[in-house]
Amino acid sequence: MNALLSLIVVLVLGALAYAGGSVEGLRTLFGVIIPYAAILTFLAGVAYRVVRWALSPVPFRIPTTCGQQKTLPWIKAGYLESPYTALGVTLRMALEVLLFRSLFRNTKAELRSGPQLVYGENKYLWLAALAFHWSFLIIFLRHLRFFMQPVPAFVNLLSDADGFFQIGAPVLYLTDVFVLAALAYLLWRRFRDPQVRYISLFTDYFALFVLLGLTGTGVLMRYFFRPDIVAVKELALGLVTFTPAVPAQVGGLFFVHLFLLSLLIAYLPFSKLMHFAGVFLSPTRNLANNNRMKRHVNPWNYPVKVHTYAEWEEEFHDKIKAAGLPMEKE
Amino acid sequence: MAEQTPKPEELSKIDYHPPKKGWMDPHVEFRKGTYCYSALPKNLQYLGMPNPREWQPFDADWKLPPNWKQIILDGMKERLEKYRSFRLFMDICVRCGACADKCHFYVGSGDPKNMPVLRAELIRSIYRRYFTPAGKMFGPLAGGRELTEEVIKEWFYYFYQCTECRRCSVFCPYGIDQAEITIIGRELLNLIGCNINWVIEPVANCFRTGNHLGIQPHGFKDSIDFAVDEIEDITGIRVEAPIMKKGAEILFVMPSADYFASPHYYTLLGYLMLFHEIGLDYTMSAFAGEGGNFGLFTSHEMMKRLNAKIYEEAKRLKVKWILGGECGHMWRVAHQYMNTLNGPPDFLEVPVSPITGTRFENAKSTKMTHIMEFTADLIHNGKLKLDKSRNDHWRVTHHDPCNVARGMGLLEEPRYVINSVCNHFYEMPENTIREQTFCCGSGAGLGTDENMEMRMRGGMPRGNAVKYVKEKHGVNLLTTICAIDKATLPAVVDYWVGGVEVGGIHELVGNALVMKGEKERTADLRGTPFPAKEVKAHA
Repeated sequence: MNALLSLIVVLVLGALAYAGGSVEGLRTLFGVIIPYAAILTFLAGVAYRVVRWALSPVPFRIPTTCGQQKTLPWIKAGYLESPYTALGVTLRMALEVLLFRSLFRNTKAELRSGPQLVYGENKYLWLAALAFHWSFLIIFLRHLRFFMQPVPAFVNLLSDADGFFQIGAPVLYLTDVFVLAALAYLLWRRFRDPQVRYISLFTDYFALFVLLGLTGTGVLMRYFFRPDIVAVKELALGLVTFTPAVPAQVGGLFFVHLFLLSLLIAYLPFSKLMHFAGVFLSPTRNLANNNRMKRHVNPWNYPVKVHTYAEWEEEFHDKIKAAGLPMEKE
Repeated sequence: MAEQTPKPEELSKIDYHPPKKGWMDPHVEFRKGTYCYSALPKNLQYLGMPNPREWQPFDADWKLPPNWKQIILDGMKERLEKYRSFRLFMDICVRCGACADKCHFYVGSGDPKNMPVLRAELIRSIYRRYFTPAGKMFGPLAGGRELTEEVIKEWFYYFYQCTECRRCSVFCPYGIDQAEITIIGRELLNLIGCNINWVIEPVANCFRTGNHLGIQPHGFKDSIDFAVDEIEDITGIRVEAPIMKKGAEILFVMPSADYFASPHYYTLLGYLMLFHEIGLDYTMSAFAGEGGNFGLFTSHEMMKRLNAKIYEEAKRLKVKWILGGECGHMWRVAHQYMNTLNGPPDFLEVPVSPITGTRFENAKSTKMTHIMEFTADLIHNGKLKLDKSRNDHWRVTHHDPCNVARGMGLLEEPRYVINSVCNHFYEMPENTIREQTFCCGSGAGLGTDENMEMRMRGGMPRGNAVKYVKEKHGVNLLTTICAIDKATLPAVVDYWVGGVEVGGIHELVGNALVMKGEKERTADLRGTPFPAKEVKAHA
């Protein structure tokens, strides 16, 4: 139900953009105003969310330790899994952000008769997540060719590497295949796995459908319905140089692509997709396990009502005395 | 064991298929054996906690304060501003489900709301509805849910069906820690008086007497004296066991179960024998007689109120540093919270072992050293004479306590000590030990008899791993360095395995420790006679 509804919403929005691209009066709206508004929303929204997180203090140092703490010199400490230095924490975070270290641990528990619980390897989610995020990043960088003149050397290099196998004409980019395959897997997983289906919200499907729509239209335009690339670049350059204009030659599918991108980045600050920034702030990962070496200060630490030794001794005076234990007041 | 608990064969028939009904429906059924009884009013009154009253979870009317909804929402707002963890964990979950089958309660019950992701969504849905623009506007479509009394009941059921073990946070790609969410969920419930007696009574006891069990100072003394007598029977040596001795070098703090429960008690014997043998200048205290801290299972504030005694007592007794015994959540508090809550302990010195001269640099700020670190250092420096063969009747496996593994990282020291004091040690499968260790299923204050079915469900993964090493290696002893484990794992292994005992590592140290002037030992610390000499020829 959630899935169907979000598919319909994305399709309707896509159709709207397609129509908008062919109505003269709306071309500026979809080609210029909405993209600008989306970028503004993205920048302001992301900044707001990150500042909001940052304003909440970290009262306690609570790393989840996934390895041996630093103790005695002859015991090998888990430099990455239980980092105790700033460099260790940085490397742990790098592994987390670049390679999804924690997701790599994923296993699948299975209950067999007996009862016998077995744990199997389960790396597909990790693989698909990695394939999606890295492909998406590379595709984003490849797109810089539309926004920069002259095209930077690294962008050309990246595109060449991506199309290394020289399959077909225009050359097939591997990341295009990976990104679609990964998104399809992530969507299929939400349908197929009963637990994941149970927890999936409208917004979970919505994000996937927008991404599928965005990458799907991109792939369609590159391999099947090629738009006027010169005109597209003209539009893109116009946007980044603040001299926006919508050339007459761009239309249809490209407008859907551009609109879904605008939708994605405008929606991002309001959604779970903020995890891209949030992961850096996660206190169970970005803090060193040096708790007993270095005191962590809680900015709002306040005095509490305690039961002092003096009160305790007074209450149990006779019993302490009878037991012959040492006392402050005999 | 409660008689109505189903047999293992029945309990292990688990249907992992989620129900047709969506999870946003908050209704829960309080079925006997799956929840804990409410806190007694006298305990709440003693602690000055809100809404003391007679009620039970299965009652239709929970007698909440009239403005309960405002209290909860205000409480959430306050905590969103005070804890980055809480705000962040409300925002960034992508519901990938990697945490789902990592939770012992989900594995053992199949209840989808025991998947950490969904347990968190129970509170996230309220957060979205009342604290985010999308949730305010779109409600259920944006994953938002109305806060109703039914939701409070649901929170109570599921936040007291989480042992704050942090296993899910090991697997989460963003490190989202359900323990953190449960801690705050329970804080919120405490604001309107929805708490359980198995947590609140120990808290009240500890606040008053200095230990969870409510043992008064003379009882503490009796218990220690009894242990001293018992050690004399076993070894022929009368050990000294100083209590509240001013000017001692070290304050030793242990969980109270060590001096009042079994099999913890054998660990106590081990400590006392060890301290005597190395001539340690130490003292125990009846005032700071509890290392455990059920405040952690109540609120951050309560944790601080109870924990304050340790530094206060260390200062009063003018000791140089603190040594802590075998306990799980006690060490989460000591390692990750104590210094922040009640420090800095400027009046103490960096812990230095008076026997080996080792400076415990890792504890230089908090000034509290774990006994496994201390004993491992003694053994590594050759300061102990150990006869491993005196543990030959044990085939040992080790259970890493959750808090010590994932909230501290103490993994190697216990293994080093075990291997130094016994000949037969076998690890459980790697997905069930070290940072991936499975909870006993009774931690975080859930180890009460009325909750037995849920405890056995939660203990299933651990029981299963013990069964594996029992069948493969003939394991007959499960060691652990956690007082709650020692209290609750015996029931778990009896139920799921059978024929396996539970004990502490210092019990094994006590068995193996060759003491100067001791008489020939004929039995271990439990009084079990050693096998005849020829049988242990392989030693």
